[in-house]
Amino acid sequence: MQPNSDFMFKWLIHFGEYVLLMGRAFAVPQQWRVFFRQVVQEIYKLGIDSVGIVIFISAFIGAVITMQVSLNIYSPLIPSFTVGFMTREIIMLEFSSSIMCLILAGKVGSNIASELGTMRVTEQIDALEIMGVNSANYLILPKIVGFVLFVPVLVIFSMFCGMTGGFLISWFTDIISPATYEYGLQYWFSTRYIGYSILKAMIFAFIITSTASYFGYNVKGGALQVGKASTQSVVGSSVLILAADVLITLLLV
Amino acid sequence: MIEAKHLIKSFDGKEIIRDISATFEKGKTNLIIGRSGSGKTVFMKLLVGLLSPDAGEIRYDGRNLPSMKKAELNALRQEMGMLFQGSALFDSMTVMENVMFPLTMFSQETRQKQEMRAQFCLKRVQMADAADLYPGEISGGMMKRTAIARAIALNPKYLFCDEPNSGLDPKTSLLIDDLIHGITQEYNMTTIINTHDMNSVMNIGDKILFIYEGKKEWEGTKDEIMNAENKKLNDFVFASDLFRKVKAAENQ
Repeated sequence: MQPNSDFMFKWLIHFGEYVLLMGRAFAVPQQWRVFFRQVVQEIYKLGIDSVGIVIFISAFIGAVITMQVSLNIYSPLIPSFTVGFMTREIIMLEFSSSIMCLILAGKVGSNIASELGTMRVTEQIDALEIMGVNSANYLILPKIVGFVLFVPVLVIFSMFCGMTGGFLISWFTDIISPATYEYGLQYWFSTRYIGYSILKAMIFAFIITSTASYFGYNVKGGALQVGKASTQSVVGSSVLILAADVLITLLLV
Repeated sequence: MIEAKHLIKSFDGKEIIRDISATFEKGKTNLIIGRSGSGKTVFMKLLVGLLSPDAGEIRYDGRNLPSMKKAELNALRQEMGMLFQGSALFDSMTVMENVMFPLTMFSQETRQKQEMRAQFCLKRVQMADAADLYPGEISGGMMKRTAIARAIALNPKYLFCDEPNSGLDPKTSLLIDDLIHGITQEYNMTTIINTHDMNSVMNIGDKILFIYEGKKEWEGTKDEIMNAENKKLNDFVFASDLFRKVKAAENQ
């Protein structure tokens, strides 16, 4: 077999196994009470624990975007409120959904892959199976549901903090007046963009959790392989997020 | 009773389990012994259904495991308890929550009755005082005892133990052996233990199966093992200096 077909064959196997795993994960939970409790725990662990990093990164990136736009489009022909307008467009359309999810692929994805990988190598997943528990359903579905449900909150936080970061730069520096920046933020605003951004982020959240779960759940070996699975999950979900971003943009914009 | 009939299992074209047939009786501790890499763990994984055999039958009181439908298999799994080599306790749960877990998932009893059952199981393995601790906060022996409590929580018919004494000091090993043996007789379970610890063999081995390079090499009781005329078994048993001396003393 040629190297290229080898590569394709390997990824086809991965894809087949991924579909089968998702088939097992998306089953009716054996105990709804346990499932809801798990979902709440996952929301806390994957979502609420990510709020800090989302706020921090969004505020700084918002500030930097405002500065960069202001410095790079300086022209008497372009109205100065364009800085606020462009900051809003970049943050709402791309940063708060795609870039934020790429960052979360690192944090959340590696967390899930290492957790499931460790459970696999310490036989905790086997223990679930022996008890008659559908381990994929018990372990993976709450993570997917919890993160997909909570990611809109992270997106809204990110949008708010990104635009606030830009506003603070306009307030503390003389790059642009706060009033002009604020006018730019409101200029030609479409609420549809919020829904679009949230929808994208929810799709990316599914990609992150399901990809990381796949790599973590199928770990074979020991601690070294858990680390490898964690890296693979971040790389895999980042590639898939970027590919899905192009596809969604083509379809929805 | 569990019966294995002509079991065969290969990985990447290499036969790891080669036509093993055995019967494991109810109310007895059945030990599978053999050197590391002889196929004991694969054999046990076949018995519990974590691996599928290439050929052969595994009968649980007449029910053939490889041909079971998903619902039947799930029902059978609730009749099984397993103690893993590394205990396999859930890190995120306390000792009590670990024992409660199978009850929460499968028991139809009220929460109060489930808690009473979990407390009873913890008391049975002398772990009631550590109920609120996490697995990371207890010793290896305590982890094994917790895993036994979790395994018996649903009152199983079949108990499987993979290397229950690995990593334990001799005294704790004895305690774990006695606990498993006592529980087996108390609940009249079919217990199968994977081990290469000869102390366990002599202590609790009601029935012993010796596996060598994937094949059943010898079968007997703990009273027969010291005088068995099987070179491979003798090499395994008398690898320990202690057992050589015991044998020599017996001969004198």
